[in-house]
Amino acid sequence: MSDPSAAAPTAPGQTPDSGRERSASLWADARRELVHNPVFVISTLMVLLIMSVAAFPTLFTNADPTFCQLAQAYEPPSDAHVFGTTVQGCDMYAHVIYGARPSIIIAVFVTAATTAIGVLTGLFAGYYGGFTDTIISRVTDVFLGLPFLLGAVVFLALLPDQNIWTVGIVLVALSWTSFTRITRGSVIAVKSQDYVEAARALGASSPSIIRRHILPNSLAPIIVLATLNLGLFVSAEATLTFLGVGLQIPDISWGITVSEGQLIAVGGGLPHLLIFPCAAVILTVMSFILMGDALRDALDPKGR
Amino acid sequence: MGRYTARRLLQFIPVLFGTLFLLHYLQTLSIQFGGDPIASLFGDRQPPEATLNAISRVFGLDDPCLDQRGNPCLGMFVDRLANYARGDFGIDFNRQPITDLIFRALPITLRLTLIAVAFECVLGIVAGVLAAIGKDRFIDNFVRISTVFIISVPLFVLGVLIQIGAGLYLKPWLEGLGAPEWFTAAFSILYQSEHPWASLVVPGMVLGALSLGFIARLTRTSLIEILRADYVRTARAKGLPGSRVVGVHALRNALIPVITYIGIDIGALMGGALVTEGIFNIPGVGGLVFGAVQRKETPVVIAVVTLLTLVFLVTSLLVDLLYAVLDPRIRYE
Amino acid sequence: MSTISTGASMAGDTVSGGGRRSRTTDAKLSEIGFDESAPLLEVEDLRVEFRTRDGVASAVNGTSFSVDAGQTLGILGESGCGKSVTAQAIMGILDSPPAFIAGGSVKLRGVDLLSLPEESRRRVRANRVAMVFQDALSSLNPVFTVGRQLGELFRRHRGYTKAEARAEAVRLLDLVGIPAAADRVSDFPHQFSGGMRQRVMIAMSLALDPDVLIADEPTTALDVTVQAQIMKLLADLQAERNMGLILITHDMGVVADVADKICVMYAGKIVERADVYSIYRNPAHPYTKALLESIPRLDRKGQQLASIEGLPPMLTRLPAGCSFNPRCAIARERCTTDEPPLYDIGGGRQTACHYHEEVLGS
Repeated sequence: MSDPSAAAPTAPGQTPDSGRERSASLWADARRELVHNPVFVISTLMVLLIMSVAAFPTLFTNADPTFCQLAQAYEPPSDAHVFGTTVQGCDMYAHVIYGARPSIIIAVFVTAATTAIGVLTGLFAGYYGGFTDTIISRVTDVFLGLPFLLGAVVFLALLPDQNIWTVGIVLVALSWTSFTRITRGSVIAVKSQDYVEAARALGASSPSIIRRHILPNSLAPIIVLATLNLGLFVSAEATLTFLGVGLQIPDISWGITVSEGQLIAVGGGLPHLLIFPCAAVILTVMSFILMGDALRDALDPKGR
Repeated sequence: MGRYTARRLLQFIPVLFGTLFLLHYLQTLSIQFGGDPIASLFGDRQPPEATLNAISRVFGLDDPCLDQRGNPCLGMFVDRLANYARGDFGIDFNRQPITDLIFRALPITLRLTLIAVAFECVLGIVAGVLAAIGKDRFIDNFVRISTVFIISVPLFVLGVLIQIGAGLYLKPWLEGLGAPEWFTAAFSILYQSEHPWASLVVPGMVLGALSLGFIARLTRTSLIEILRADYVRTARAKGLPGSRVVGVHALRNALIPVITYIGIDIGALMGGALVTEGIFNIPGVGGLVFGAVQRKETPVVIAVVTLLTLVFLVTSLLVDLLYAVLDPRIRYE
Repeated sequence: MSTISTGASMAGDTVSGGGRRSRTTDAKLSEIGFDESAPLLEVEDLRVEFRTRDGVASAVNGTSFSVDAGQTLGILGESGCGKSVTAQAIMGILDSPPAFIAGGSVKLRGVDLLSLPEESRRRVRANRVAMVFQDALSSLNPVFTVGRQLGELFRRHRGYTKAEARAEAVRLLDLVGIPAAADRVSDFPHQFSGGMRQRVMIAMSLALDPDVLIADEPTTALDVTVQAQIMKLLADLQAERNMGLILITHDMGVVADVADKICVMYAGKIVERADVYSIYRNPAHPYTKALLESIPRLDRKGQQLASIEGLPPMLTRLPAGCSFNPRCAIARERCTTDEPPLYDIGGGRQTACHYHEEVLGS
């Protein structure tokens, strides 16, 4: 990874201690800071926990989330059902555990796709500039003209089928632009640096400049945004499912659990119907956001 | 300034048409690939063909291009635009003009949004300023932590939890204490038309909560950076009191990104209104869309979203122009 | 000329374009009790520390100097030697934390500024001691017009009305040689060229007729021809107003014309003090000598450019003995153990080198 600060020569006649200087690289500094940041450590552990819940739900519960008896509908927590039962009479704890999977899958898929698309378009727009930039920027503007939630609701309401893939694709379509903007800005800032001009003067080709200079130095904000977005997409999926345009029954998702429970919880005095799925959503989103925040503070050289 | 305005307008127009076309195209795509939405409404009991065609015509969905997959249906698009220009946004399933529905719902949503914006701006900016001035001290950590919490909670979760908290616990407790009705109305879980402002206070705060978190953080970050600027040092060297250095010299610069953010945030507020009005059963524009989505009344959904998008685009343009007013360096680009 | 309604201006206040002084009748300022017969500015044993995560950096390590009315003091040194920190300490605008004044005194007409409460120090700024910064583009607020930034001084410190302040702003812009001042007063900083902007900064510093002007690298960011103009402007204004001028720079060429006496700073300390002629003709410290020799000369074409080997020391870990010894051409063992004091070598000159006779002789 190219690191401009590594190019600074050590001068002769330096005081003898200079050999012990810690690396001035942004990444090394960041890594050191993150490992000592309790917020980062805890949120990363939470994220790993939630990922494993999503991947291996059977590790966390034996109950069958599809085994539902209406006779036992919306019972408060008891020995048999640690979190109580849902509106349909299913085990709430099992629904909380199994509900992690679709949310995480969507979040990961959408983040990966938007990052890939956004970084590529941002790279081209920022590096080549001119006509390419104009086109890409206008297209970005068009997509940005649609308020996120409204656009998502419209598309999903029009689609005949709402499942993980359709929700995922709609989210990608409406969110790739944020990555484009950030990448483009980052690339433009890096492009004008002296070391890029130097590389060009030494005869480096564009793709190699992009790969070895531009990309690594623009990476920091992209990584931060990707981490934050993981949390935001979990939130977005849950919201859309809650509104009724996301995942549908019989899929299991926190959004469904909340939307089912909302109407009954207040009238019937049954807070458990909402507290548990809401807590699951909050914890998941918060872990990603705290992680991303810590990353941002660590990677921002100005924020000391 | 004039040149900047002209340039922005020139950028605005293709984006306007582009976004409208995007909405239109995705709708036609979904019909072409997903089947006729009118027919799917009837489920198993399909009416006679002629009736279906008549209904389709009424909703402007009878264009043959809808049978060809991938056809952008430009003719239909142009017709649509002409209708919009005339103020015709179609009718709902009860044959009521959608524009009427919107006009009836608008005042309520405007009140809600006003409360939300006032709440998020005042509290957000004050919190951000305090956090920046007291950097790394208690107030700063408090603001940072609480804003992370607020941002991490999805809007619908916040709304639902507050609804439960207010409805199940707070309101009965206040009523038990003998609080006057106009006061407890603020904590009602549903909109009440006899208290048009009070019952919107809590939903308004919920709606503005997320943005408040962002505004506080943005103000803080922006102000911290500006406070390190050379011209702030100059202002101090001029012997100006600290309140003026921060309150005038620094803040005037630091608030520029915040104000532009508030402008962009209108889009998020629209989506948020959809969720908030749905949860608290508020008959505003968001509630209109929410209900239409539940009932699968797609013409209403499309029409309202189109109109809201138009509003959003115009607002974005105005915010861009406002940015030039605030930052003189931009005017001469 | 400016029109100032006598009703609005404070009693006893007169503003002139020439050399006559004006005194604000701001109560707090007159309460401070300056002794007009005492020396203008005396800095004694000033110590400034920066407390950072990596340790305590001694940015200013016991510097002393003085400036009289009508005198120009040049402070010379590389980046990081503590000259800007000294200036900011005098002005009282250091960010504290991480900076801390660890000792010493800054006496303006007999009053130690460092002992004053912040409210009083604030009033001293711009009224009696003013500063010009290096980069005028970043040092001027981009969202306010130049007129407003100039007028602000009169409105906040002297209670002028908007119209009066604007008139003063025009007068000041005129004074520093900006053409069409009346039009330019409503322009924004980015609409000026580099040299013009620096003139605006100078105008801003002179607005309230300070006794001492500190110019921190005023011409570093400018082209050579513009540099000369700005330096001349500073010299003229100083002479007119009989101000004390402290000129901070790393450029030996710039300071030669204007300064009466020079302090050379290295690693937070003054290593040589002399009048300007002696410094250039016969330096008494290896560092000064090396600085002089590193100036490229047109009549020595084809020869190697001399430079000083090595880098300035880290302020958190200064070398033992003389701070300059790792880079010094004539360093001996004593230099690594004994920190040299400022030796008096006659004629008002001082130098912090054990072997200064050698330096003088060569």
